[in-house]
Amino acid sequence: MAKADFETPELQEYVEVPELVAGTMAHLSPFVAKPDHNTDLNFPGELVDDWHDKAIAKLDDLRSRFRSLQVYLDSCVKCGSCTDKCHYFLGTKDPKNMPVGRQDLLRKVYRRYFTFAGKYFPKLVGAEDLTRDTLDEWYSYYHQCSQCRRCSVFCPYGIDTAEISMAAREILDSIGYGQKYCNEIIAKVNKVGNNLGLPGAALADTLEGLEEDVEDETGVAVKYPLDVKGADILLVTPSADFFAEPHVDGLIGYGKVFHEAGVSWTISSYASEAANFGMFIGSYENMRRVSLRIRKAALDLGVKRIVFGECGHAWRVAYAFLNTLAGPFDFLDPNYPVPQHILEFTWDQIQKGNLKLDKSANDDKVLTFHDSCNVARATRMGNKPGGQLEIPRNVIKAVCNNFVDMHHETIGERTFCCGGGGGLLTDDLMEIRVKGALPRMTALKNVMEEEGVTHMAAICAICKSQFTKVLPYYGMDMDQIVSIHQLVSEAIILTGQNSGDEEDEEEEDEVEA
Amino acid sequence: MSLFFALLFIVATLVLVIGLTRKIIQYARTPAPLKIPTTPAPVTQAGVVLRMFREVVFFESLFKSTKWTWLFGWMFHLGLLLVLLRHLRYFTDPVWLPIQLIQPFGVYAGYAMVIGLVGLLVRRIFVDRVRYISAPSDFLWLAILIFIGFSGLMMKFVAHTDVVMVKEFFTGLMGFSFGTLPVDVPLIVHLLLVAVLMLLFPFSKLLHVPGLFFSPGRNQVDNPREKRHLAPWAKAMEEQKN
Ligand code: HEM
Ligand code: HEM
Ligand code: SF4
Ligand code: SF4
Repeated sequence: MAKADFETPELQEYVEVPELVAGTMAHLSPFVAKPDHNTDLNFPGELVDDWHDKAIAKLDDLRSRFRSLQVYLDSCVKCGSCTDKCHYFLGTKDPKNMPVGRQDLLRKVYRRYFTFAGKYFPKLVGAEDLTRDTLDEWYSYYHQCSQCRRCSVFCPYGIDTAEISMAAREILDSIGYGQKYCNEIIAKVNKVGNNLGLPGAALADTLEGLEEDVEDETGVAVKYPLDVKGADILLVTPSADFFAEPHVDGLIGYGKVFHEAGVSWTISSYASEAANFGMFIGSYENMRRVSLRIRKAALDLGVKRIVFGECGHAWRVAYAFLNTLAGPFDFLDPNYPVPQHILEFTWDQIQKGNLKLDKSANDDKVLTFHDSCNVARATRMGNKPGGQLEIPRNVIKAVCNNFVDMHHETIGERTFCCGGGGGLLTDDLMEIRVKGALPRMTALKNVMEEEGVTHMAAICAICKSQFTKVLPYYGMDMDQIVSIHQLVSEAIILTGQNSGDEEDEEEEDEVEA
Repeated sequence: MSLFFALLFIVATLVLVIGLTRKIIQYARTPAPLKIPTTPAPVTQAGVVLRMFREVVFFESLFKSTKWTWLFGWMFHLGLLLVLLRHLRYFTDPVWLPIQLIQPFGVYAGYAMVIGLVGLLVRRIFVDRVRYISAPSDFLWLAILIFIGFSGLMMKFVAHTDVVMVKEFFTGLMGFSFGTLPVDVPLIVHLLLVAVLMLLFPFSKLLHVPGLFFSPGRNQVDNPREKRHLAPWAKAMEEQKN
């Protein structure tokens, strides 16, 4: 899509709650999945003829299997608390991007077919028949939700629009009206093992390349192992870490931390993907199928622990769902949580004093931190509630001298989504991605101006890709986004590392020989 | 007329109790297959009880969000609670001591309730976002509650009714003996609307009352790594596939 067919919102001092302008985003829908990709996931290839009855039946099925859906559809009192909490609403003014506006697209149909009031007094309670237009509206607006759960923080009943979006997408998939981006990717994972479709040989190449780079730079032979049987740790990381910038610098950092910790670890080519788009499409079955690859890899390689790399929704699926979907993990070492986040691992090493860190290596930067929505509002790190907010900051502060937080209403449990989560990270949805980034861009701009912030750290593959793409729209620089483990990587002094620029590698080699 | 009200309240009570029970059974039976508490969330059951307590008593999440809605909403609900407690004197004999003690506050509670409701109505009419999401029923609920409160306050301060007779009628009704009600317009309005409220409760957004307690976003313990959580249907699916 061309870059110029919409306007990038202008950054103001703060994000004002806009007045409603109906229909500003009604034109935007993602590309529809090809039949192959649908059938790969056990969905009908194309929109089925009896979509109406099938959709209603699916809604009935889902509400009987998911308490969240049933309770959330019933409980909303239209108090309006959530209406100004969604970044997509703030960036587009479209009332159907208000969380409750989005929910009502499904709720009005639920009421019409499944409640007394909606059956007999539809006008009174705003119930409506399911029509082809409704279907298209679902397709459009349920793909303008990044399932970030910000609305659920402020709803007095914890109503989570993400749950409603997932259910709606599952209904759409079940009648053959799936989204290309998500379904294509899941199909790729099922076939090859990762979102990018990188086969094992390509992975091996890439990892070898990293080993060479790190050795050239530091003089230390840090390993980036693939498919090593009997390793202690299986690292599962988003496949973007294998080649995308700035992701790959994070992967380099994980390797250095493992190296210094003296543990053996490996990546699996079979489960070379932490991301699990099965969550985005609300499909328990598909999410489970993808998760089971990780279980199989752990069993085949005979590892003792599983550690996840930096990724937001992946950490949600890993932390909150993996045990349910692919457990029990009683074959792993019970002394460690299953799974563990790489930041939990690194923070633990830092506390134990196992890492030699030179904070001044990051003195060229002033950092701030973007809490990923899924990490902040759907997971935990460490033992205490809120560890998922503290541990990343602790690690940043351990490796950098200059750190400031953005405005408190835009971080922590109230963090704004990057704008590209939930299966929206695709060019055909560029408009909503750019507009939805407005609140985060505003907060970033403010700390840049007031506190001299130069870089923003993130711990999610989607956030990193999204910001890299979107920052330029707002007149900022794509290089301003960094991985936390990239910062760790800069600061870490490996045992035996040659000091700085002096070319003393050869001498050292001789001494060691 | 008294007979009509007697029958009406028997029916309304049945609908309320059976309707609500059915809903609660439905919620309780529907599994929550995944752990989805909105985090940071408590990691113990006791923590969840505390979180729920803060939600129910203080409307914590709403407070985080919009202070005006919180203020009016909280005034209304707190007022409602006191009014309802105060009303227990029509149904119990002798009246329990705590209920006697709160009687003096009940009057202010009636005002608080109505003021809160009017505030919510004003917000619903004038804030464009809230107006957009409102169906006619959302306005009607506020209207019904305002009229119940208003007619109650009328009886209290303007056109008194024979509260002793009312009490006899309702305590009698609880033993299925039909008495007579005083014939006063405010009382008739009051009771008619109360019956409507009871009849519609289980079919409306008033389901937020049981809903809150069953909301997985609020009532789950955050311990998915420590304890495997598996829904019965998911278990069946696993067994079938393996
Ligand atoms: C456990 C008890 C209850 C809790 C925790 C609760 C909580 C809430 C909350 C947080 C709201 C949203 C904020 C607001 O608009 O006030 C609300 C709205 C509402 N509640 Fe309740 N409630 C309870 C019981 C009741 C009862 C018994 C009734 C009815 C008789 C009721 C009627 C309403 C109505 C009509 C609204 C919508 C107000 C509006 O239109 O803005 N609630 N409730
Ligand atoms: C069968 C049930 C009910 C009966 C028999 C009843 C009866 C009455 C009576 C006789 C009064 C006048 C009190 C006086 O003169 O001192 C009154 C007042 C009032 N009622 Fe009700 N009522 C009922 C249910 C309700 C409900 C469900 C609500 C709220 C939703 C409500 C709200 C009020 C209010 C706000 C007042 C004025 C303040 C007060 O006296 O507490 N009533 N009611
Ligand atoms: S989950 Fe996030 S993107 Fe979706 S409606 Fe809520 S705030 Fe908006
Ligand atoms: S905050 Fe919750 S109850 Fe209020 S309008 Fe939004 S979804 Fe409905």
